[in-house]
Amino acid sequence: MQITVTVNGSDYTREVEARLLLIHFLRDELRLTGSHWGCDTSNCGACVVWLDDTPVKSCTVLAAMADGHRVFTVEGLERDGTLDPVQQGFAECHGLQCGFCTPGMMLTSRWLLNHNPHPSATQIREALSGQICRCTGYENIVRSVLWAAKHAEEPTS
Amino acid sequence: MQVPAYVEYEKATSVGHALALLARFGPEARILAGGHSLIPMMKLRLAQPETLIDINGLSELSYITVTDGELRIGALTRHAQLLDSPVAGAHFAILHDAERVIADPIVRNWGTVGGSLCQADPSEDLSAAFAALKASMIVQDPDGSRTVPAREFHTGPYETVVAPGELLTEIRIAIRPGGGSAYEKVGRRVGDWPVGAAGAAIRLAGDTIAEAGIGLTAVGAQHFAAAEAEEFLRGAPATEASFARAGEIAAKHCRPSSDQRGPADYKRHLAKELTTRALRRALLRARHQDA
Amino acid sequence: MSEPKGAAPPGLRSEGRATREGGASKAPAGERENTAYGPVKRKEDARFIRGKGTFVDDIQLPGMLHGAILRSPLAHARVVSIDTTAAEAHPKVRAVITGQTLAGLKLAWMPTLSQDVQAVLATDKVRFQGQEVAFIVAEDRYSARDALELISVEYEPLPVVIDAKKALDPGTPVIRDDLAGQQDNHIFDWSAGDRAATDAVFAAADVVVAQDMLYPRSHPAPLETCGTVADMDAVTGKLTIWSTTQAPHAHRTVYALVAGLPEHKIRIVSPDIGGGFGNKVAIYPGYLCALVGSIVTGRPVKWVEDRSENLMSTSFARDYHMHGEIAATRDGRILGLRATVLADHGAFNGSAQPTKFPAGFFHIFTGSYDLQAAYCEVSGVYTNKAPGGVAYACSFRVTEAVYLVERLVDVLALELGVDPAELRMNNLLRPEQFPYTTPTGWEYDSGDYPRTLQVALDIAGYADLRREQAEKRERGELMGIGISFFTEGVGAGPRKHMDILGLGMADGADLRVHPTGKAVLGISVQTQGQGHETTFAQIVAQELGMSPDDVEVVHGDTDRTPFGLGTYGSRSTPVSGAAAAVVARKVRERARIVAAAMLEASVGDLEWDNGKWQVRGDPEQGKTIAEIAMAAHSSLELPEGVEGHLSAETVYNPPSLTHPYGAYICVADVDAGTGEVSVRRFIAVDDCGVRINPMIVEGQVHGGLADGVGMALMQVIAFDEDGNCLGGSFMDYLLPTSMECPSWELGETVTPCPHHPIGAKGVGESATVGSPPAVVNAVVDALKPYGVRHADMPLTPANVWCAIQGHPQRTDLAIT
Repeated sequence: MQITVTVNGSDYTREVEARLLLIHFLRDELRLTGSHWGCDTSNCGACVVWLDDTPVKSCTVLAAMADGHRVFTVEGLERDGTLDPVQQGFAECHGLQCGFCTPGMMLTSRWLLNHNPHPSATQIREALSGQICRCTGYENIVRSVLWAAKHAEEPTS
Repeated sequence: MQVPAYVEYEKATSVGHALALLARFGPEARILAGGHSLIPMMKLRLAQPETLIDINGLSELSYITVTDGELRIGALTRHAQLLDSPVAGAHFAILHDAERVIADPIVRNWGTVGGSLCQADPSEDLSAAFAALKASMIVQDPDGSRTVPAREFHTGPYETVVAPGELLTEIRIAIRPGGGSAYEKVGRRVGDWPVGAAGAAIRLAGDTIAEAGIGLTAVGAQHFAAAEAEEFLRGAPATEASFARAGEIAAKHCRPSSDQRGPADYKRHLAKELTTRALRRALLRARHQDA
Repeated sequence: MSEPKGAAPPGLRSEGRATREGGASKAPAGERENTAYGPVKRKEDARFIRGKGTFVDDIQLPGMLHGAILRSPLAHARVVSIDTTAAEAHPKVRAVITGQTLAGLKLAWMPTLSQDVQAVLATDKVRFQGQEVAFIVAEDRYSARDALELISVEYEPLPVVIDAKKALDPGTPVIRDDLAGQQDNHIFDWSAGDRAATDAVFAAADVVVAQDMLYPRSHPAPLETCGTVADMDAVTGKLTIWSTTQAPHAHRTVYALVAGLPEHKIRIVSPDIGGGFGNKVAIYPGYLCALVGSIVTGRPVKWVEDRSENLMSTSFARDYHMHGEIAATRDGRILGLRATVLADHGAFNGSAQPTKFPAGFFHIFTGSYDLQAAYCEVSGVYTNKAPGGVAYACSFRVTEAVYLVERLVDVLALELGVDPAELRMNNLLRPEQFPYTTPTGWEYDSGDYPRTLQVALDIAGYADLRREQAEKRERGELMGIGISFFTEGVGAGPRKHMDILGLGMADGADLRVHPTGKAVLGISVQTQGQGHETTFAQIVAQELGMSPDDVEVVHGDTDRTPFGLGTYGSRSTPVSGAAAAVVARKVRERARIVAAAMLEASVGDLEWDNGKWQVRGDPEQGKTIAEIAMAAHSSLELPEGVEGHLSAETVYNPPSLTHPYGAYICVADVDAGTGEVSVRRFIAVDDCGVRINPMIVEGQVHGGLADGVGMALMQVIAFDEDGNCLGGSFMDYLLPTSMECPSWELGETVTPCPHHPIGAKGVGESATVGSPPAVVNAVVDALKPYGVRHADMPLTPANVWCAIQGHPQRTDLAIT
C-alpha cells in the first residue's frame, strides 16, 4: 500500500507493507536513524517520536497509521543550525552517556516543556517514566530538562 | 525487535464503514485502535489477524461528556485524555487514580479505553474500575446497539461479549450524588501490570453505605468484582471496621494464582488490603475530606 | 597469589598531597595545576544530541542482507531433525545455515572465554531455552523473521537441570555429554586463602554468624541489543565486521583463530555502542553466523538480535549461591570470613575473566576490613540456562564478593546488637596500613577508609536518620538505613598474571602530533558511553599543555588503533589511561630533544613549565608543543640518532590493579501492608583517585546506583521447572525508571593511586558493585521489627511481604 507521511516538515511517499512498524519506516525506509529501538514489548521508549503533536512509541504504531499525518523526530529538533534548548541542556548537563535513549528522552522533554514550561523535577520524572536509560541514573537527564526550561528564551548557537 | 506477520489493512471512515468492513472480512479481522494491546501481540505473533481495520480516524468515537445523568466515554478515547479530563475526574476520581497507574505516559497517549477493555487482560486496571462503577458498555452491530453491564462484558481471559461483527463504542456510568471512589494498585514497578489492585465506589446515605461497588483485578475475581463484599457493605456503617471486613470478604472470594508477580497468598492479602484502602479513600472523597 | 609491586611515586598520601622529587615533570597529577582536568563538556555529545550517532543497526551497505536466528523453545532436548526446505524456498531467502552447515566448516562449535566450547548452531542437542539452532539470511528483516517459521525442527525433550543446587545430585542428566569424559555437571573447583588458619580463627572466635544468600541471575540489558554487520569482500579477501564489541582487537584475534582467517585481513569496527556493561564482551553465535552468511552469499549480512534474544541467550550476570560466615569477638572486632559458593554457569562455561581466575576476583570478598584470616571456595556447575556469568559491571565477580561481605557485616551487627556504621568504622582498614595485602593475596594500593565513611555519614545526617527511624518505629512505620562500604579491584591487569584466552591484558596507545600542533591519540579501549573521546583527550592535553579540543581520540577500529584487551572491568582509565599518559610523556620527552635543538641548548638545561620546554629560568625562550611539532617536521637539524616528526607508541603493562572504594548509604521506606519499598535517599561517596573529569565520574556513579535499585528491588532472570526463562522481555525483566530512582547525593574523597602515572583508579563499575548491598541492608533494617535477618534480591513487594510473614522467597526459581 502507498502511504504519505510528513516527517520533520517534508512529505515522503512510499510503498510499504501494512505491517511495517513506524520505527522501521523512519529508520530503514527514510534512513532517519536518530530514532532507535531497544525492546519487543513497548517498554523501553528508545523509539519515541511525535505522531502529530503527541509522543508515541513508534515501535507500537504501524507506518500505515501515520499515513496523512505528521511525524517529528530528533532530526527535526535542530533548526537552521540552531540547537533546541533541550539539546543544549543535555550537552550542558551531561544528560547522555551512550546516547541511545537520548533522542526519545529529548523529544518527550520538548513536548513536556511545550505544555508545562516550568516543570518540577518530579513532573519531569513522571513524564519520562515510560522511557529507560541504562547509563545516567536519570539524575542528569532531569537536570538537563530543568536547564532547558530555564534557558528557553536565551539565544542558542 | 520482533515484527508482525503479513496482514491486510483497511482504514474505516465511519462507524458504519467499520462495521461493514468487519462483516466483509470476517472473524479473522481485528479492530485497530491505539494498537498498544494488539500490535505487541502481533509482534510476538501471538495474534495473527488477516485484516486490520484502522478506526483511529473515527473522531466521533472520541469524547467524554455528561449526558442524561451519565458520564459517557467514547471507546476511542485515549488513556491520556481520560486522565486529563476534569469532568471525568470530578465525578469519578477512581478513573484518574486508575489511569495514573496504567502503563506509562507515552503508551497512554495512544492506547485507548475501548482497546484495553476489549483486550480483556485479566490484570487490566480499567476493567476493575468500571466494574466498581457498575458501568455499562454500548456494543454496536450493523442493526443497532445493545447495552452490556460491565460485569457481563468479560467472559474469560482475553474474551469479551463483543462478537466478530461488533464494535464497542461507548462506556456509560450513571452519576449519582453522595458518591466517592478510589483505586489502589500494587505493582513491582511503575508501569507494571498490577500484582493486585482494587477499586471502590461508594454512595453514602448519612453515615451509612447506601451502595458499594468493588472492583478487583489480577486476583481472579469473578467479573472483576467483589460482589459478596459489596453485599456486606450495603446498609453497613461507613467505618474502618466495615471496610476491614469488606476487605476480608473480597479476599476470600477471589482466586489468585501464583506467578512471578507473587504467590497466591500474597495476592489474596492484597485483595484485602487494597480493598480496605480504596474504601477508606472513597469515603474521604464522598465526604469531601480528601486533601 | 600476590600481585607484583609497581614502581610507585614516593610519598603519596590521601588527597593527593605528595612530596616532590626532581623536576615538575615528575610530580604526580594531584600536585600540579590540573588545567586540562575538570568537568570538560563531552566532545561525543555533538553527534548524539542530533541523532547522528552510528550504531550497528544504523549501518546500511549496498546489497546488505538480514539474518535471523531460530532458537530452541526447549531447555534440554535432542535435535532429531531439521528440515529447512520450505525456508529455502521462500523467495526472499538467500541462505539457510544449520549446525550441519557449520560442522562442515568446523565452525559448529567455538571456544569460549573460559576454555570451554559453545555451540554456534546446535548439532546434537539444545542445552538452554533460546539456544541457536538455525540462521536465515534474507533480503529484509521482515522476510527473515517470516522464514524462521518455515524451518521445522523435531526435538526429543530431555529432563532439564534448572536448580543449581541439584545439578550435582546423583542421577542428574549430564548436560555436556559433548565433552569427552564429562560424567556430571561439574565444571571447576577453586579456592583462595588459608583454610587451616581461617578454621582456627573461627574455632576460637566468640561469635560466628552464618548466612546463605543468593545473588540472583540478572542481565546487563544495555538499551542497544547486540548485533553485527559482516562484510566479506571476496575479491580482496578482507573481512570487515561492524560489531557491538567492547573488545574489538580481542575479537579480531578470536575470529582469526576460530575461522582460520588471516588476521591482517580482518577489520573490526566498533561504531557507537549503546551501552555495554559487559554484555558486549563475548563473541555470540549470531556474529559468527553473520560472518559465514556473508561468505556464503557474497554480500554483507546484518544480524541484530531482538530484546528477548538478548535477555535469553547473551551473557547473563551473577547467579552465585553463597554461604558466608563471619567470625568476631564479642565486642565487635571482625576476625575472619569464610565462604562457600555454588556458581551457576549455564549450559556452556562462557564467563569472561582472566584465565587463571575461574571465579573472577571473588576472593576480594574480605572487603574493606582488617581480618586475620579468610578462605573461600567456589564450585562451578552447568545448568540448562544461557551461558555467561561475568557481566553487568561486576568487575569480575567483585559485585558478588562485596554483596556477601557487606550483608554479613550487617547480619553480624544485628547479632551483636551494634550499629552497622559503628561496626564498620571500628573494623575498616586504616590509612597507615596501605599498601595492604589481604588474606587472599590482593594488594590494596591506597585509601583513607574511615574518612570516606565519615563523609558519607555526614552527608546522610546519620544520627538524625536513626532518630527518625526510632520515632517511626514507635508508630509502626517501617524505615531502614543501609550502609555498604566496598573495595573494588579494577584495571586488569599485569600480563604475567592476567590474560584472556592467552592474550595478556596489557594495552597499547599511540600518539602523533601533526606539523601544525594538533594531536591524534589511538587507544585500544572501547567506549560504550563512558566519554573516552573527551577524557583521554584531557589526559594527553594535560601532559602536553594543549587544549583537549586539539586532541582527537581514535578508537574502535582495529585498522587504526593499537592492540589491547578492550573496555570492561573498569580497566580503561587504569590501563589505557595510563598508556595515554605514558605515551604523551614519551612525546614530551622527544619534544624536549627537538626543543633543545631549536633553542641551541642542551637537553639538561631545559625544564617543562606551563606547557613549554624552556631554558631553565628563562621563560622568554620557551617552545610549545605546537611550535616543536612544526620544527620536528621541518628541516631543523636533529642530533645524531634522533628521528624526526613527533610521535610515540607504548604498551602499558599495569603493575597491579587499582582499588577504588566507597561508602554508600541508602534510606528506604517500606509499606508494611503491601511490602512496597521506596528508596527515599541514596548517598554515595566514591574515591577513585585522581578524577580526570568529575562530571563524567559522577555520571558513571549515577548510572551504577540505578543498577543497585534495580537489582535489589526488581531485576531477576528466573526459570520454571521446565527451564522456561521467565525474564525474557522487559515486561518481566523490570528495569528501574526515573520514578524508582531518587536524586542521588554524591560526595568524593581523593586518594591517588601510587602506581598509576596520573594517580587515577577505575570507577565505571563502582556504583553497580557498591549499591545493591546498601539497598538490601536498608530493607532488612526496615524489617527489623519483624525479626527479619535476610531476604534475597529482588525485594519485590511480594518478597518483602513474605519476609515479614517469616518466609522470604527463593527468587531464582518460579514462584509457586
